Amino acid sequence: MKKVYSRPKSLKPAHFHYCPGCGHSIVNRLIAEVIDEMNLGDKIICVAPAGCGMLIYNYFDVDCLESAHGRGAAVATGIKRVRPDNLVVSYQGDGDLAAIGTAESFHAANRGENITIIFVNNGVYGMTGGQMAPTTILDQVTTTTPVGRISEKAGHPVRMCEVLAVLDGTSYLERVAVHKPAAIVATKKALVKAFQHQMNKTGFSMVEILSPCPTNWKMDPLQACKWVEDVMSKQFPIGLVKEVQC
Amino acid sequence: MKKLMSGNAAAGEAAVLAGCTCYFGYPITPQNELTEYMAKRVPEAGGVFIQSESEIAAINMVLGASVAGARAMTSSSGPGISLKQEGISYLAADELPAVILNMVRGGPGMGNISPAQSDYLQATRGGGHGDYRTIVLAPSSVQEIADLMPLAFDLAEKYRNPVVVLGDGMLGQMMEPVEFDHIKKSEPVAKDYILTGAKGRPSRMVRSLIFDVKEQEEHNWKLARKFQRIEQNEVRYETHLVDDAELVVIAYGTAARIAKGAIARLRQEGLKVGMIRPITLWPFPTKIIQETSKTIHDFFVFEMSAGQLVEDVKLSLEGKGRVHFYGRPGGVIPTPVELFRIISRHCYQIQRVKKS
Repeated sequence: MKKVYSRPKSLKPAHFHYCPGCGHSIVNRLIAEVIDEMNLGDKIICVAPAGCGMLIYNYFDVDCLESAHGRGAAVATGIKRVRPDNLVVSYQGDGDLAAIGTAESFHAANRGENITIIFVNNGVYGMTGGQMAPTTILDQVTTTTPVGRISEKAGHPVRMCEVLAVLDGTSYLERVAVHKPAAIVATKKALVKAFQHQMNKTGFSMVEILSPCPTNWKMDPLQACKWVEDVMSKQFPIGLVKEVQC
Repeated sequence: MKKLMSGNAAAGEAAVLAGCTCYFGYPITPQNELTEYMAKRVPEAGGVFIQSESEIAAINMVLGASVAGARAMTSSSGPGISLKQEGISYLAADELPAVILNMVRGGPGMGNISPAQSDYLQATRGGGHGDYRTIVLAPSSVQEIADLMPLAFDLAEKYRNPVVVLGDGMLGQMMEPVEFDHIKKSEPVAKDYILTGAKGRPSRMVRSLIFDVKEQEEHNWKLARKFQRIEQNEVRYETHLVDDAELVVIAYGTAARIAKGAIARLRQEGLKVGMIRPITLWPFPTKIIQETSKTIHDFFVFEMSAGQLVEDVKLSLEGKGRVHFYGRPGGVIPTPVELFRIISRHCYQIQRVKKS
């Protein structure tokens, strides 16, 4: 019998710690598939963040470093400058990338570092219990915005792809999602493209992935997927934001 | 051949000669000459130089370069070193080598850009969060900066731990003749922990998150045992005219340099004063101070702060002997004459007490 589906080689036989319906597990699986298909297992060096994505080193069977909160782009810079022929990928959440690590992300992008950031945007601080993130949309209720995010008090949701697009150092920025099969297929394609950009040394690449967080959104998994489609993707339009010739 | 160089530039040259291939830094006075020197020198030698967006980014770039296998360093001064503490804690937890140079200025807060020794406790107690120590080397001349830089890299790699070189604004900016001919790149150390892409070997992970408290405790004890080994093997100090001394000055870095001048005058006056100069501030030369205290009872701690080194001297003496203290905080550089007056006053007082 022909085997049509199995665990990617780059995924360790470990159980994900992610909550039911969380997008991280889909993103992890997609990354592992792309590593296998592009034959990058012995070339990739992953940087794990602080947050829900922290434990990726328990799942990916590749070289991994755990970064301090928000410093992924800086440590990835250090690694990449020493090992320019490796593929250096920093996996980060919204708080990590766009709040505490804004300076590191912005300036790595501005320097045009040949690194790839996989930015999982679920609009909340997941691991710490669902506090407001820089990407929390207006009126969204979180544990630190109990009456919803009010812009006068808590600012506006940050569109990081668009922020970084104005920088000349960025070469590929695309926003995708993992809430439905077609979006998942598109996400995988975006990951491939980002890795290609890095290998061609065209500059900084980032894939922003809208990802459901049913636990902290207080929804069931289906409601969460629907919320990505109906609400979140209106604030964060899905699609290619910037691509220079690869 | 000797070259006339500032301490900052000499630190950079010695680092490159010792095999440092990565420098990451952010401007702050009084150490800018080092960043500027490295901007030219490191790329010339085929290495990586980045002027980072912040001190936090710089130390994390050091961490990335170190985990990728390179000899990496950063430098700053007080306020910037505070920002680097996050990364230094992670370097210690991850057991990654790195060299951090601090040309100390007067503080706290913004303070000023004058030389000071007010970061002693921050440097010798780890500085960041968690249970760890950094090796701290304290040069007292431009030549000694050059001599200690290669040692800093060697120790960092030997123990897989961050090493702090603690100078001050005076050491960084003054120019002295320096010899570099003896500095050789040490034999490369096998690094079985670095991340290179898992080619032909199992994948590796470098992390400091340990959820299991027992495992975390085990990791902390492992670090503690390493720090004990460092305490046993790496204490360095200089003694100066201690044998016949009736009073021993304890001072490091620029303060020790000033003290030497004062001691020369005191000796001319017939006052028997010597000095113990710690070269490693951590591990601290406790044993020599304890041994000295068997025959000499008076210790005079002199530092350019309101009293930090004096704590380690008191701890070392365990209540034995008398500890005299003179400190000038805030970026003031005391003169040898000033110190001569202060110490001679203490000497005469000691003699009066002895007579009565």
